[in-house]
Amino acid sequence: MALTTTIDNAALTPVVSRRTRRPRLAGADRLWALAFATPYAAVFFAFVLYPVGYGLWLGSDPASYLQLFADPVFPSAIVNTLIYLLVAVNLKLVLALLLSGLFMRKGRWMKTLLLLFILPWAVPGIPSFISIHWMLNSQWGLINNAIWELFQTDGPPWLDNSTLALSSVIYAHIWKWLPFWTIIFLAGRMAIPRDLYEAAEVDGASRISRFIHITFPLMASLYFVCTLLSTIWALGDFNSVRFVSGGGPALSTHVLATLGIRNAFELGNPALGMATVLSALPLLIPLVILLMRQLKKGEVEL
Amino acid sequence: MSAGSRARADRRLVDAGVAVISAVLIVWTIVPLYNMVRVSLQDKDDVFSSSVFPTTSTLKAFQTAFHESYWLLANFWGQMATSFYIGITVAFLTLAIGTLTSFTISRMRIRQGWMLTNAALLTYMIPMSFLAIPFYSIMGKYGLTDNPLAVIAVEVTFATPYAIFIFKQYGASIPHELDEAARIDGASPPQIFFRIYLPLMAPALVAIGTYALLLSWNEYLYAFLLLSSDSNITVPVGLGKFLNSDEAPWNYLMAAAIIYALPPMAIYYTFRRKMNSGLTMGGVKG
Repeated sequence: MALTTTIDNAALTPVVSRRTRRPRLAGADRLWALAFATPYAAVFFAFVLYPVGYGLWLGSDPASYLQLFADPVFPSAIVNTLIYLLVAVNLKLVLALLLSGLFMRKGRWMKTLLLLFILPWAVPGIPSFISIHWMLNSQWGLINNAIWELFQTDGPPWLDNSTLALSSVIYAHIWKWLPFWTIIFLAGRMAIPRDLYEAAEVDGASRISRFIHITFPLMASLYFVCTLLSTIWALGDFNSVRFVSGGGPALSTHVLATLGIRNAFELGNPALGMATVLSALPLLIPLVILLMRQLKKGEVEL
Repeated sequence: MSAGSRARADRRLVDAGVAVISAVLIVWTIVPLYNMVRVSLQDKDDVFSSSVFPTTSTLKAFQTAFHESYWLLANFWGQMATSFYIGITVAFLTLAIGTLTSFTISRMRIRQGWMLTNAALLTYMIPMSFLAIPFYSIMGKYGLTDNPLAVIAVEVTFATPYAIFIFKQYGASIPHELDEAARIDGASPPQIFFRIYLPLMAPALVAIGTYALLLSWNEYLYAFLLLSSDSNITVPVGLGKFLNSDEAPWNYLMAAAIIYALPPMAIYYTFRRKMNSGLTMGGVKG
Protein backbone atom coordinates (compact mmCIF):
# COMPACT_ATOMS: atom_id res chain seq x y z
CA MET A 1 0.00 0.00 0.00
CA ALA A 2 1.03 3.52 -0.50
CA LEU A 3 0.25 6.69 1.27
CA THR A 4 0.88 9.94 -0.48
CA THR A 5 0.19 13.42 0.73
CA THR A 6 -1.61 15.53 -1.79
CA ILE A 7 -3.97 18.44 -1.54
CA ASP A 8 -6.68 17.09 -3.79
CA ASN A 9 -8.00 13.68 -2.98
CA ALA A 10 -8.33 11.58 -6.10
CA ALA A 11 -9.20 8.45 -4.16
CA LEU A 12 -12.41 9.48 -2.50
CA THR A 13 -13.99 12.74 -3.60
CA PRO A 14 -14.41 12.33 -7.39
CA VAL A 15 -17.02 9.67 -6.87
CA VAL A 16 -19.22 12.31 -5.35
CA SER A 17 -18.21 15.42 -7.25
CA ARG A 18 -18.42 13.91 -10.73
CA ARG A 19 -21.83 12.46 -10.20
CA THR A 20 -23.50 15.72 -11.20
CA ARG A 21 -22.10 15.74 -14.73
CA ARG A 22 -22.35 12.01 -15.08
CA PRO A 23 -24.42 11.02 -18.13
CA ARG A 24 -26.94 8.28 -17.65
CA LEU A 25 -25.71 4.94 -18.84
CA ALA A 26 -27.75 3.74 -21.79
CA GLY A 27 -29.06 0.18 -22.28
CA ALA A 28 -26.11 -1.90 -23.48
CA ASP A 29 -23.59 0.15 -21.50
CA ARG A 30 -25.54 -0.44 -18.33
CA LEU A 31 -25.35 -4.16 -18.88
CA TRP A 32 -21.62 -3.96 -19.52
CA ALA A 33 -21.12 -1.92 -16.36
CA LEU A 34 -23.08 -4.50 -14.43
CA ALA A 35 -21.03 -7.31 -15.95
CA PHE A 36 -17.75 -5.56 -15.14
CA ALA A 37 -18.76 -4.91 -11.55
CA THR A 38 -20.00 -8.45 -10.96
CA PRO A 39 -16.65 -10.18 -10.22
CA TYR A 40 -15.78 -7.83 -7.37
CA ALA A 41 -19.32 -7.80 -6.04
CA ALA A 42 -19.25 -11.61 -6.05
CA VAL A 43 -15.89 -11.70 -4.22
CA PHE A 44 -17.20 -9.20 -1.68
CA PHE A 45 -20.37 -11.16 -0.95
CA ALA A 46 -18.81 -14.63 -0.95
CA PHE A 47 -15.56 -13.85 0.84
CA VAL A 48 -16.17 -10.73 2.92
CA LEU A 49 -19.82 -10.33 3.87
CA TYR A 50 -20.51 -14.02 4.32
CA PRO A 51 -17.44 -14.73 6.52
CA VAL A 52 -18.01 -11.53 8.52
CA GLY A 53 -21.65 -12.46 9.09
CA TYR A 54 -20.77 -16.05 9.85
CA GLY A 55 -18.04 -14.95 12.23
CA LEU A 56 -20.39 -12.61 14.08
CA TRP A 57 -22.92 -15.42 14.34
CA LEU A 58 -20.26 -17.85 15.61
CA GLY A 59 -19.20 -15.33 18.21
CA SER A 60 -22.71 -14.39 19.32
CA ASP A 61 -23.13 -17.05 22.00
CA PRO A 62 -22.87 -15.44 25.48
CA ALA A 63 -21.65 -18.78 26.88
CA SER A 64 -18.42 -18.43 24.85
CA TYR A 65 -17.75 -15.08 26.49
CA LEU A 66 -18.33 -16.49 29.97
CA GLN A 67 -15.88 -19.26 29.14
CA LEU A 68 -13.46 -16.71 27.72
CA PHE A 69 -13.55 -14.44 30.77
CA ALA A 70 -12.96 -17.44 32.99
CA ASP A 71 -9.81 -18.33 31.06
CA PRO A 72 -6.74 -16.96 32.91
CA VAL A 73 -4.87 -16.58 29.59
CA PHE A 74 -7.42 -14.08 28.28
CA PRO A 75 -6.62 -11.08 30.56
CA SER A 76 -2.92 -11.49 29.90
CA ALA A 77 -3.60 -11.66 26.15
CA ILE A 78 -5.53 -8.37 26.38
CA VAL A 79 -2.68 -6.71 28.28
CA ASN A 80 -0.13 -8.13 25.83
CA THR A 81 -2.14 -6.89 22.87
CA LEU A 82 -2.32 -3.38 24.31
CA ILE A 83 1.38 -3.30 25.16
CA TYR A 84 2.22 -4.69 21.74
CA LEU A 85 0.11 -2.08 19.96
CA LEU A 86 1.23 0.89 22.05
CA VAL A 87 4.93 0.11 22.20
CA ALA A 88 5.60 -1.57 18.86
CA VAL A 89 3.52 0.78 16.71
CA ASN A 90 4.61 4.03 18.34
CA LEU A 91 8.26 3.18 18.76
CA LYS A 92 8.39 1.98 15.16
CA LEU A 93 6.70 5.08 13.75
CA VAL A 94 8.80 7.55 15.76
CA LEU A 95 11.96 5.80 14.61
CA ALA A 96 10.66 5.72 11.04
CA LEU A 97 9.89 9.44 11.12
CA LEU A 98 13.36 10.27 12.40
CA LEU A 99 15.11 7.88 10.01
CA SER A 100 13.22 9.27 7.03
CA GLY A 101 15.04 12.54 7.80
CA LEU A 102 18.36 10.73 7.64
CA PHE A 103 17.52 9.29 4.22
CA MET A 104 16.64 12.76 2.90
CA ARG A 105 20.38 13.47 2.92
CA LYS A 106 21.95 13.50 -0.51
CA GLY A 107 24.75 11.31 -1.76
CA ARG A 108 25.54 7.83 -2.95
CA TRP A 109 26.16 6.51 0.57
CA MET A 110 22.57 7.22 1.62
CA LYS A 111 21.21 5.48 -1.49
CA THR A 112 23.31 2.40 -0.76
CA LEU A 113 22.36 2.43 2.90
CA LEU A 114 18.68 2.65 1.95
CA LEU A 115 19.01 -0.39 -0.34
CA LEU A 116 20.47 -2.36 2.55
CA PHE A 117 18.03 -0.93 5.08
CA ILE A 118 14.94 -2.14 3.18
CA LEU A 119 16.15 -5.77 3.25
CA PRO A 120 13.95 -6.79 6.23
CA TRP A 121 10.93 -5.70 4.24
CA ALA A 122 12.00 -7.45 1.03
CA VAL A 123 12.73 -10.75 2.80
CA PRO A 124 9.53 -12.73 3.55
CA GLY A 125 8.46 -12.55 7.18
CA ILE A 126 8.39 -16.23 8.15
CA PRO A 127 12.10 -16.96 7.50
CA SER A 128 13.10 -13.80 9.35
CA PHE A 129 10.92 -14.56 12.36
CA ILE A 130 12.17 -18.14 12.50
CA SER A 131 15.73 -16.84 12.34
CA ILE A 132 15.04 -14.35 15.15
CA HIS A 133 13.49 -17.16 17.22
CA TRP A 134 16.61 -19.30 16.90
CA MET A 135 18.95 -16.32 17.26
CA LEU A 136 17.38 -15.60 20.67
CA ASN A 137 17.69 -19.17 21.94
CA SER A 138 19.30 -18.74 25.34
CA GLN A 139 21.67 -21.68 24.97
CA TRP A 140 22.64 -21.84 21.32
CA GLY A 141 21.46 -18.55 19.85
CA LEU A 142 23.69 -16.05 18.09
CA ILE A 143 22.93 -13.22 20.53
CA ASN A 144 23.88 -15.08 23.69
CA ASN A 145 26.91 -16.57 21.93
CA ALA A 146 28.01 -13.03 21.12
CA ILE A 147 27.36 -11.91 24.71
CA TRP A 148 29.49 -14.80 25.94
CA GLU A 149 32.31 -13.95 23.53
CA LEU A 150 32.27 -10.28 24.50
CA PHE A 151 31.60 -10.36 28.22
CA GLN A 152 32.21 -13.97 29.29
CA THR A 153 28.79 -14.07 30.88
CA ASP A 154 25.51 -15.85 30.19
CA GLY A 155 23.00 -13.73 28.31
CA PRO A 156 19.38 -13.37 29.45
CA PRO A 157 16.84 -16.14 28.70
CA TRP A 158 15.17 -14.11 25.94
CA LEU A 159 12.24 -16.39 25.18
CA ASP A 160 11.89 -18.09 28.57
CA ASN A 161 10.82 -14.99 30.44
CA SER A 162 7.47 -13.43 29.59
CA THR A 163 8.61 -9.79 29.64
CA LEU A 164 11.67 -10.52 27.56
CA ALA A 165 9.68 -12.74 25.20
CA LEU A 166 7.10 -10.02 24.56
CA SER A 167 9.93 -7.53 24.06
CA SER A 168 11.46 -9.92 21.55
CA VAL A 169 8.18 -10.06 19.62
CA ILE A 170 8.06 -6.26 19.61
CA TYR A 171 11.66 -6.15 18.43
CA ALA A 172 10.84 -8.55 15.57
CA HIS A 173 7.82 -6.47 14.55
CA ILE A 174 9.84 -3.26 14.51
CA TRP A 175 12.71 -4.91 12.64
CA LYS A 176 10.37 -6.22 9.95
CA TRP A 177 8.22 -3.13 9.40
CA LEU A 178 10.53 -0.17 10.14
CA PRO A 179 11.77 0.08 6.51
CA PHE A 180 8.26 0.18 5.09
CA TRP A 181 7.10 3.09 7.27
CA THR A 182 10.40 4.90 6.81
CA ILE A 183 9.81 4.87 3.06
CA ILE A 184 6.25 6.13 3.53
CA PHE A 185 7.54 9.05 5.62
CA LEU A 186 10.38 9.60 3.17
CA ALA A 187 7.78 10.07 0.42
CA GLY A 188 5.86 12.41 2.74
CA ARG A 189 8.97 14.50 3.40
CA MET A 190 9.80 14.69 -0.29
CA ALA A 191 6.38 16.25 -0.92
CA ILE A 192 7.28 19.22 1.32
CA PRO A 193 8.47 22.15 -0.83
CA ARG A 194 12.20 22.79 -0.38
CA ASP A 195 11.86 26.56 -0.29
CA LEU A 196 10.09 26.35 3.07
CA TYR A 197 13.30 24.99 4.55
CA GLU A 198 15.46 27.45 2.66
CA ALA A 199 13.42 30.37 3.96
CA ALA A 200 13.65 29.01 7.51
CA GLU A 201 17.38 28.57 7.16
CA VAL A 202 17.76 32.18 6.03
CA ASP A 203 15.85 33.20 9.15
CA GLY A 204 18.36 31.26 11.20
CA ALA A 205 16.08 28.44 12.34
CA SER A 206 17.94 25.50 13.85
CA ARG A 207 17.51 21.90 12.68
CA ILE A 208 15.25 21.13 15.60
CA SER A 209 13.04 24.16 15.14
CA ARG A 210 12.78 23.42 11.40
CA PHE A 211 11.55 19.94 12.31
CA ILE A 212 9.08 21.24 14.89
CA HIS A 213 7.74 24.14 12.83
CA ILE A 214 7.84 22.80 9.26
CA THR A 215 8.26 19.04 8.98
CA PHE A 216 6.00 17.90 11.76
CA PRO A 217 2.98 20.16 11.14
CA LEU A 218 3.02 19.21 7.46
CA MET A 219 3.39 15.51 8.18
CA ALA A 220 1.03 15.38 11.16
CA SER A 221 -2.03 14.06 9.34
CA LEU A 222 0.04 11.50 7.42
CA TYR A 223 1.61 10.43 10.70
CA PHE A 224 -1.80 10.08 12.32
CA VAL A 225 -3.21 7.98 9.46
CA CYS A 226 -0.12 5.78 9.58
CA THR A 227 -0.54 5.28 13.32
CA LEU A 228 -4.16 4.18 12.83
CA LEU A 229 -3.41 1.85 9.92
CA SER A 230 -0.38 0.36 11.60
CA THR A 231 -2.38 -0.23 14.79
CA ILE A 232 -5.14 -2.00 12.86
CA TRP A 233 -2.64 -4.22 11.08
CA ALA A 234 -0.67 -4.93 14.24
CA LEU A 235 -3.92 -5.93 15.93
CA GLY A 236 -4.29 -8.65 13.30
CA ASP A 237 -0.62 -9.61 13.36
CA PHE A 238 -0.31 -13.35 13.85
CA ASN A 239 3.08 -14.28 12.42
CA SER A 240 5.50 -12.36 14.62
CA VAL A 241 3.99 -13.72 17.83
CA ARG A 242 3.49 -17.23 16.44
CA PHE A 243 7.05 -17.61 15.22
CA VAL A 244 9.14 -15.54 17.62
CA SER A 245 7.70 -16.49 21.01
CA GLY A 246 5.01 -18.97 19.96
CA GLY A 247 2.81 -17.42 22.67
CA GLY A 248 5.13 -18.86 25.29
CA PRO A 249 6.57 -19.26 27.82
CA ALA A 250 3.48 -20.91 29.35
CA LEU A 251 1.01 -19.01 27.11
CA SER A 252 2.15 -15.73 28.67
CA THR A 253 2.79 -13.81 25.43
CA HIS A 254 -0.35 -14.57 23.46
CA VAL A 255 -2.13 -11.65 21.80
CA LEU A 256 -5.79 -11.76 20.78
CA ALA A 257 -5.02 -12.78 17.18
CA THR A 258 -2.93 -15.80 18.20
CA LEU A 259 -5.13 -16.75 21.16
CA GLY A 260 -8.18 -16.74 18.87
CA ILE A 261 -6.52 -19.18 16.48
CA ARG A 262 -5.35 -21.32 19.39
CA ASN A 263 -8.81 -21.47 20.95
CA ALA A 264 -10.47 -22.23 17.62
CA PHE A 265 -8.08 -24.81 16.21
CA GLU A 266 -5.78 -26.19 18.91
CA LEU A 267 -8.58 -26.39 21.46
CA GLY A 268 -11.12 -27.13 18.72
CA ASN A 269 -13.63 -24.51 19.86
CA PRO A 270 -14.44 -22.12 16.95
CA ALA A 271 -17.07 -20.23 18.96
CA LEU A 272 -14.55 -19.53 21.73
CA GLY A 273 -11.94 -18.54 19.14
CA MET A 274 -14.34 -16.14 17.47
CA ALA A 275 -15.31 -14.66 20.84
CA THR A 276 -11.61 -14.06 21.52
CA VAL A 277 -11.14 -12.25 18.22
CA LEU A 278 -14.37 -10.27 18.57
CA SER A 279 -13.31 -9.00 21.98
CA ALA A 280 -10.98 -6.72 20.00
CA LEU A 281 -13.95 -4.97 18.37
CA PRO A 282 -14.28 -2.23 21.04
CA LEU A 283 -10.78 -1.23 20.01
CA LEU A 284 -11.02 -1.94 16.28
CA ILE A 285 -14.26 -0.09 15.54
CA PRO A 286 -13.15 3.32 16.92
CA LEU A 287 -9.87 2.94 15.03
CA VAL A 288 -11.70 2.24 11.76
CA ILE A 289 -14.10 5.17 12.30
CA LEU A 290 -11.23 7.54 13.07
CA LEU A 291 -9.35 6.33 10.03
CA MET A 292 -12.36 6.68 7.71
CA ARG A 293 -12.95 10.20 8.98
CA GLN A 294 -9.31 11.12 8.51
CA LEU A 295 -9.26 9.73 4.98
CA LYS A 296 -12.45 11.56 4.01
CA LYS A 297 -10.83 14.83 5.06
CA GLY A 298 -8.67 14.17 2.06
CA GLU A 299 -5.29 15.36 3.22
CA VAL A 300 -3.91 11.85 2.98
CA GLU A 301 -4.92 9.32 0.39
CA LEU A 302 -4.42 5.63 0.27
CA MET B 1 35.35 30.86 17.40
CA SER B 2 34.50 32.45 14.05
CA ALA B 3 31.20 31.72 12.33
CA GLY B 4 32.97 29.76 9.59
CA SER B 5 34.81 27.42 11.90
CA ARG B 6 31.66 26.94 13.99
CA ALA B 7 29.76 25.91 10.86
CA ARG B 8 32.60 23.53 10.02
CA ALA B 9 32.55 22.04 13.50
CA ASP B 10 28.79 21.77 13.30
CA ARG B 11 29.01 19.91 10.01
CA ARG B 12 31.69 17.60 11.35
CA LEU B 13 29.46 16.78 14.31
CA VAL B 14 26.56 16.00 11.96
CA ASP B 15 28.80 13.82 9.79
CA ALA B 16 29.97 11.90 12.83
CA GLY B 17 26.37 11.47 13.93
CA VAL B 18 25.38 10.16 10.51
CA ALA B 19 28.29 7.73 10.56
CA VAL B 20 27.32 6.38 13.99
CA ILE B 21 23.63 6.02 13.07
CA SER B 22 24.58 4.34 9.78
CA ALA B 23 26.73 1.82 11.63
CA VAL B 24 23.95 1.06 14.11
CA LEU B 25 21.44 0.67 11.27
CA ILE B 26 23.70 -1.73 9.39
CA VAL B 27 24.16 -3.97 12.42
CA TRP B 28 20.45 -3.76 13.30
CA THR B 29 19.42 -4.76 9.77
CA ILE B 30 22.00 -7.46 9.22
CA VAL B 31 21.93 -9.48 12.47
CA PRO B 32 18.83 -11.69 11.86
CA LEU B 33 19.78 -12.15 8.21
CA TYR B 34 23.37 -12.95 9.11
CA ASN B 35 22.05 -15.52 11.55
CA MET B 36 19.99 -17.10 8.76
CA VAL B 37 23.03 -17.41 6.48
CA ARG B 38 25.33 -18.50 9.31
CA VAL B 39 23.08 -21.37 10.38
CA SER B 40 22.41 -22.45 6.79
CA LEU B 41 26.15 -22.90 6.26
CA GLN B 42 26.61 -25.05 9.36
CA ASP B 43 26.97 -28.78 9.43
CA LYS B 44 24.22 -30.64 11.24
CA ASP B 45 26.38 -31.22 14.31
CA ASP B 46 27.63 -27.62 14.44
CA VAL B 47 24.16 -26.17 14.91
CA PHE B 48 24.61 -26.51 18.64
CA SER B 49 27.84 -24.60 18.84
CA SER B 50 28.63 -21.45 20.72
CA SER B 51 30.34 -19.68 17.86
CA VAL B 52 29.45 -16.25 16.53
CA PHE B 53 31.32 -16.66 13.27
CA PRO B 54 31.18 -19.97 11.41
CA THR B 55 34.15 -22.18 12.17
CA THR B 56 33.55 -24.41 9.18
CA SER B 57 31.26 -23.57 6.31
CA THR B 58 29.54 -26.10 4.14
CA LEU B 59 26.85 -26.04 1.48
CA LYS B 60 25.53 -29.42 2.63
CA ALA B 61 22.27 -27.94 3.93
CA PHE B 62 21.59 -26.32 0.57
CA GLN B 63 22.34 -29.60 -1.20
CA THR B 64 19.93 -31.35 1.14
CA ALA B 65 17.20 -28.84 0.39
CA PHE B 66 18.00 -28.98 -3.31
CA HIS B 67 17.82 -32.78 -3.49
CA GLU B 68 14.95 -32.97 -0.98
CA SER B 69 16.97 -35.54 0.96
CA TYR B 70 15.50 -34.85 4.39
CA TRP B 71 12.03 -35.94 5.39
CA LEU B 72 10.71 -32.46 6.17
CA LEU B 73 12.03 -31.27 2.82
CA ALA B 74 10.78 -34.27 0.88
CA ASN B 75 8.43 -32.13 -1.21
CA PHE B 76 10.30 -28.83 -1.08
CA TRP B 77 10.16 -28.15 -4.83
CA GLY B 78 6.53 -29.22 -4.94
CA GLN B 79 5.85 -26.62 -2.23
CA MET B 80 7.76 -24.02 -4.24
CA ALA B 81 5.63 -24.90 -7.27
CA THR B 82 2.43 -24.56 -5.21
CA SER B 83 3.61 -21.20 -3.89
CA PHE B 84 4.31 -20.07 -7.46
CA TYR B 85 1.00 -21.38 -8.75
CA ILE B 86 -0.93 -19.61 -5.99
CA GLY B 87 1.10 -16.41 -6.36
CA ILE B 88 0.71 -16.16 -10.13
CA THR B 89 -3.01 -16.95 -10.00
CA VAL B 90 -3.60 -14.41 -7.22
CA ALA B 91 -1.69 -11.75 -9.18
CA PHE B 92 -3.68 -12.46 -12.35
CA LEU B 93 -7.09 -12.50 -10.65
CA THR B 94 -6.30 -9.39 -8.60
CA LEU B 95 -5.35 -7.52 -11.77
CA ALA B 96 -8.42 -8.75 -13.66
CA ILE B 97 -10.95 -8.00 -10.91
CA GLY B 98 -9.21 -4.80 -9.82
CA THR B 99 -9.06 -3.25 -13.29
CA LEU B 100 -12.62 -4.24 -14.18
CA THR B 101 -13.89 -2.69 -10.94
CA SER B 102 -11.89 0.52 -11.19
CA PHE B 103 -12.92 0.84 -14.84
CA THR B 104 -16.59 0.54 -13.88
CA ILE B 105 -16.27 3.02 -11.03
CA SER B 106 -14.29 5.77 -12.70
CA ARG B 107 -14.69 5.31 -16.47
CA MET B 108 -18.21 3.92 -16.84
CA ARG B 109 -19.32 6.05 -13.93
CA ILE B 110 -22.06 3.81 -12.67
CA ARG B 111 -24.19 5.40 -9.98
CA GLN B 112 -23.46 2.67 -7.48
CA GLY B 113 -19.70 3.21 -7.77
CA TRP B 114 -19.49 4.59 -4.24
CA MET B 115 -20.80 1.27 -2.91
CA LEU B 116 -17.96 -0.61 -4.57
CA THR B 117 -15.46 1.92 -3.23
CA ASN B 118 -16.81 1.63 0.29
CA ALA B 119 -16.88 -2.16 0.09
CA ALA B 120 -13.21 -2.11 -0.85
CA LEU B 121 -12.38 0.35 1.93
CA LEU B 122 -14.21 -1.79 4.49
CA THR B 123 -12.37 -4.93 3.38
CA TYR B 124 -9.08 -3.08 3.55
CA MET B 125 -9.65 -2.29 7.22
CA ILE B 126 -10.46 -5.80 8.42
CA PRO B 127 -7.38 -7.39 9.98
CA MET B 128 -6.86 -10.43 7.75
CA SER B 129 -6.33 -12.93 10.56
CA PHE B 130 -9.65 -12.02 12.22
CA LEU B 131 -11.60 -13.81 9.50
CA ALA B 132 -9.56 -17.01 9.60
CA ILE B 133 -12.03 -18.91 11.79
CA PRO B 134 -15.19 -18.31 9.70
CA PHE B 135 -13.18 -18.80 6.50
CA TYR B 136 -12.14 -22.24 7.63
CA SER B 137 -15.75 -23.42 7.99
CA ILE B 138 -16.93 -21.59 4.89
CA MET B 139 -14.29 -23.15 2.66
CA GLY B 140 -15.53 -26.51 3.89
CA LYS B 141 -19.05 -25.55 2.81
CA TYR B 142 -17.78 -24.41 -0.58
CA GLY B 143 -16.12 -27.83 -0.94
CA LEU B 144 -12.65 -26.29 -1.05
CA THR B 145 -11.05 -28.18 1.85
CA ASP B 146 -7.32 -28.71 1.24
CA ASN B 147 -7.63 -26.98 -2.11
CA PRO B 148 -5.22 -24.20 -3.20
CA LEU B 149 -8.23 -22.42 -4.71
CA ALA B 150 -9.41 -21.62 -1.16
CA VAL B 151 -6.15 -19.83 -0.39
CA ILE B 152 -6.28 -18.08 -3.76
CA ALA B 153 -9.81 -16.84 -3.01
CA VAL B 154 -8.76 -15.42 0.37
CA GLU B 155 -5.68 -13.69 -0.96
CA VAL B 156 -7.51 -12.19 -3.94
CA THR B 157 -10.14 -10.90 -1.52
CA PHE B 158 -7.56 -9.10 0.57
CA ALA B 159 -5.40 -7.89 -2.34
CA THR B 160 -8.16 -6.40 -4.55
CA PRO B 161 -9.18 -3.42 -2.36
CA TYR B 162 -5.70 -1.95 -2.51
CA ALA B 163 -5.55 -2.70 -6.23
CA ILE B 164 -8.80 -0.80 -6.75
CA PHE B 165 -7.51 2.28 -4.86
CA ILE B 166 -4.30 2.38 -6.84
CA PHE B 167 -6.01 1.79 -10.20
CA LYS B 168 -8.53 4.55 -9.49
CA GLN B 169 -5.78 6.92 -8.51
CA TYR B 170 -3.59 6.06 -11.47
CA GLY B 171 -6.51 6.00 -13.90
CA ALA B 172 -7.38 9.57 -12.95
CA SER B 173 -4.37 10.65 -15.02
CA ILE B 174 -5.79 9.09 -18.21
CA PRO B 175 -7.89 11.77 -19.95
CA HIS B 176 -11.60 10.98 -20.24
CA GLU B 177 -11.55 12.55 -23.73
CA LEU B 178 -9.88 9.37 -24.98
CA ASP B 179 -12.88 7.27 -23.95
CA GLU B 180 -15.31 9.78 -25.36
CA ALA B 181 -13.53 9.94 -28.69
CA ALA B 182 -13.52 6.14 -28.92
CA ARG B 183 -17.16 6.08 -27.95
CA ILE B 184 -18.07 8.51 -30.74
CA ASP B 185 -16.21 6.19 -33.12
CA GLY B 186 -18.55 3.44 -31.96
CA ALA B 187 -16.27 1.51 -29.59
CA SER B 188 -18.05 -0.68 -27.04
CA PRO B 189 -17.06 -0.66 -23.33
CA PRO B 190 -15.00 -3.88 -23.63
CA GLN B 191 -13.12 -2.40 -26.58
CA ILE B 192 -12.36 0.74 -24.61
CA PHE B 193 -11.30 -1.39 -21.65
CA PHE B 194 -8.91 -3.62 -23.61
CA ARG B 195 -7.62 -1.18 -26.24
CA ILE B 196 -7.37 2.08 -24.29
CA TYR B 197 -7.65 1.58 -20.53
CA LEU B 198 -5.46 -1.50 -19.98
CA PRO B 199 -2.49 -0.43 -22.16
CA LEU B 200 -2.36 2.98 -20.49
CA MET B 201 -2.54 1.36 -17.07
CA ALA B 202 0.54 -0.82 -17.69
CA PRO B 203 2.81 0.71 -14.99
CA ALA B 204 0.11 0.34 -12.34
CA LEU B 205 -0.50 -3.24 -13.48
CA VAL B 206 3.16 -4.10 -12.94
CA ALA B 207 3.15 -2.55 -9.48
CA ILE B 208 -0.07 -4.23 -8.34
CA GLY B 209 0.85 -7.55 -9.92
CA THR B 210 4.06 -7.51 -7.91
CA TYR B 211 2.17 -6.49 -4.77
CA ALA B 212 -0.34 -9.33 -5.11
CA LEU B 213 2.37 -11.88 -5.93
CA LEU B 214 4.42 -10.90 -2.88
CA LEU B 215 1.36 -10.79 -0.63
CA SER B 216 0.45 -14.37 -1.47
CA TRP B 217 4.04 -15.61 -1.51
CA ASN B 218 4.51 -14.35 2.06
CA GLU B 219 1.13 -15.39 3.42
CA TYR B 220 1.22 -18.04 6.13
CA LEU B 221 -1.90 -18.27 8.31
CA TYR B 222 -4.52 -19.07 5.66
CA ALA B 223 -2.27 -21.49 3.79
CA PHE B 224 -1.58 -23.21 7.12
CA LEU B 225 -5.26 -23.51 8.03
CA LEU B 226 -6.78 -24.24 4.63
CA LEU B 227 -4.20 -26.64 3.17
CA SER B 228 -3.35 -29.88 4.89
CA SER B 229 -1.91 -32.55 2.60
CA ASP B 230 1.84 -32.53 1.99
CA SER B 231 1.36 -32.16 -1.73
CA ASN B 232 -0.76 -29.01 -1.39
CA ILE B 233 1.02 -26.90 1.23
CA THR B 234 3.08 -23.82 0.42
CA VAL B 235 6.69 -23.23 1.47
CA PRO B 236 6.00 -21.09 4.58
CA VAL B 237 3.71 -23.82 5.91
CA GLY B 238 6.42 -26.37 5.21
CA LEU B 239 8.95 -24.23 7.08
CA GLY B 240 6.55 -23.89 9.99
CA LYS B 241 6.36 -27.67 10.26
CA PHE B 242 10.05 -27.81 11.19
CA LEU B 243 9.24 -26.08 14.46
CA ASN B 244 6.90 -28.87 15.52
CA SER B 245 9.43 -31.64 15.04
CA ASP B 246 11.58 -32.86 17.88
CA GLU B 247 14.73 -32.82 15.85
CA ALA B 248 16.34 -29.47 15.31
CA PRO B 249 17.63 -29.39 11.74
CA TRP B 250 18.08 -25.63 11.89
CA ASN B 251 20.64 -25.65 9.07
CA TYR B 252 18.19 -27.34 6.67
CA LEU B 253 15.40 -25.02 7.77
CA MET B 254 17.51 -21.92 7.17
CA ALA B 255 18.83 -23.15 3.82
CA ALA B 256 15.27 -23.84 2.62
CA ALA B 257 14.17 -20.46 4.01
CA ILE B 258 16.89 -18.68 2.05
CA ILE B 259 15.94 -20.41 -1.21
CA TYR B 260 12.34 -19.44 -0.56
CA ALA B 261 13.29 -15.81 0.18
CA LEU B 262 15.30 -15.33 -3.01
CA PRO B 263 12.49 -14.99 -5.63
CA PRO B 264 10.60 -12.22 -3.80
CA MET B 265 13.86 -10.40 -3.12
CA ALA B 266 14.79 -10.58 -6.80
CA ILE B 267 11.32 -9.37 -7.80
CA TYR B 268 11.38 -6.67 -5.17
CA TYR B 269 14.75 -5.24 -6.12
CA THR B 270 13.91 -5.43 -9.85
CA PHE B 271 10.65 -3.52 -9.51
CA ARG B 272 11.79 -1.36 -6.61
CA ARG B 273 11.63 1.89 -8.59
CA LYS B 274 8.15 1.18 -9.90
CA MET B 275 6.98 0.19 -6.45
CA ASN B 276 8.57 3.15 -4.68
CA SER B 277 7.52 5.82 -7.14
CA GLY B 278 4.58 6.67 -4.93
CA LEU B 279 2.47 4.15 -6.76
CA THR B 280 2.60 1.25 -4.35
CA MET B 281 4.52 0.04 -1.39
CA GLY B 282 3.64 -3.61 -1.78
CA GLY B 283 3.38 -6.60 0.50
CA VAL B 284 2.10 -4.93 3.62
CA LYS B 285 -0.30 -7.46 4.92
CA GLY B 286 2.28 -10.22 4.56
